[in-house]
Amino acid sequence: MTDRRGFFRLTAAAGTASLAAACKPLLLDISRVNDWVGEKLLYSPSRLAREYPITERTARVPSYFISRTMPLLKDPAAWRLRVDGLVRRPLDLSLDELMRMPRTSYTVKHHCVEGWTAISTWHGVPVSAVAERCELLPAARYAYFVSFDAGYSNGWDLASALHPQTILAYGMNDNPLPPTHGAPLRLYAPTKLGYKMTKYLVSLTFTDKRPGGYWEDQGYPWFAGV
Amino acid sequence: MAENILHIMSDASRSPPPVKRHHWIVRFTHWATLLLLIGMVTSGLQIYGAYAKFGERDGPYYLNPFQDVGFPAWSRLGGWLAGALNWHFALMWGLAGVGLLYVCYLVASGEWRSLLFRPRDARGAIAMQQYYLRLRKDHPPQGKHNPLQKLAYTFIVLVGLLAVLTGIAIYKPLQFAWLTALFGGFQAARYWHFWTVWIFVGFTIVHVALVFIVDPPSFRAMLTGWYRGRFPSHD
Repeated sequence: MTDRRGFFRLTAAAGTASLAAACKPLLLDISRVNDWVGEKLLYSPSRLAREYPITERTARVPSYFISRTMPLLKDPAAWRLRVDGLVRRPLDLSLDELMRMPRTSYTVKHHCVEGWTAISTWHGVPVSAVAERCELLPAARYAYFVSFDAGYSNGWDLASALHPQTILAYGMNDNPLPPTHGAPLRLYAPTKLGYKMTKYLVSLTFTDKRPGGYWEDQGYPWFAGV
Repeated sequence: MAENILHIMSDASRSPPPVKRHHWIVRFTHWATLLLLIGMVTSGLQIYGAYAKFGERDGPYYLNPFQDVGFPAWSRLGGWLAGALNWHFALMWGLAGVGLLYVCYLVASGEWRSLLFRPRDARGAIAMQQYYLRLRKDHPPQGKHNPLQKLAYTFIVLVGLLAVLTGIAIYKPLQFAWLTALFGGFQAARYWHFWTVWIFVGFTIVHVALVFIVDPPSFRAMLTGWYRGRFPSHD
């Protein structure tokens, strides 16, 4: 009796598992269609995320990284952001240089793919200002952000990367960006789900081929616009 | 005269003449909706497990008997969050498409008249409720569906619409900020989206129970299209 029940349960589980495995490539294809719908039909490059008063900030905003221990720079003074790829002038920008560039601050709602939301203030330089300074070539269609957190990375469509609220953030809630949230520099954008916002940045590369990303390559939606 | 009636009645009780009840579009969309809803609910429960509460990170949280509840493995589809999201965002097209096809058919065929609950059905709904509560002996006259059925089927289509709209509100809360605001914000829209699940589950249980308790032949009608039961009249 127990054996038979176990057999049915095993068969059902195996059946479900093999069905799911058979469906996976199809599901990923449909996910690419959804990326296209999100990027080409629903996304507006001029629609701005709502800003909140600082009194609405969330007290405890969770942080995460994929390294076993919190990623920290051995020599913060030597850190540079490398900007290269399809640009006329590749750059190595220090934190001071980034802070002297046009500054954007906003208090916005963060949407995590898990379903939680949290409000924080972020301070940084728009990616569009960096793109202007490195003299982006017309062939560029994507931006690829890479971190020193075990190689965590994200590929972005250019339109989202150049959105006025997409910034390279060096500050959070009126303070320097803490290591728990990606110090010294992280990507921030209220137009995307949290996992698209690369922390612990080391480089920004403009390309004409769609770059993947840490979670994206494992099956999470690539566009992930909210 | 009396003989005649007796004759008709006994004849009817022996084998009522079959009537064509459901167009193939209705039968197809009915069963497709069932399968797609099972996929949407099970992938939805897997997604829910990633953050099993409603409200901003600091709280307070919305009233929810399922707060921090992990649903059993058999009730979840996708294996992990990414897999469940991909199922959910694939099946949503099927469910919305099937729903649209169904509503278009109702409008084009005029069938909506026998399904849409309108204010003038209120009196009949009360009479029907009295009959079910045994406050009234005779079954009130009805068309294809009685007023309580109309109320139920109109209600569930509206819940389907609510599920789609709250779904859009939490899928793209910035691009559809007006819709998200309409539901009271992102967490409130998530909350209502979650409740539509239990309305669908509850509706399905009651729906299946009533089919087999009150009118079993209507089950075959939804498969073959032909009805041979007690309520063959049409509007």
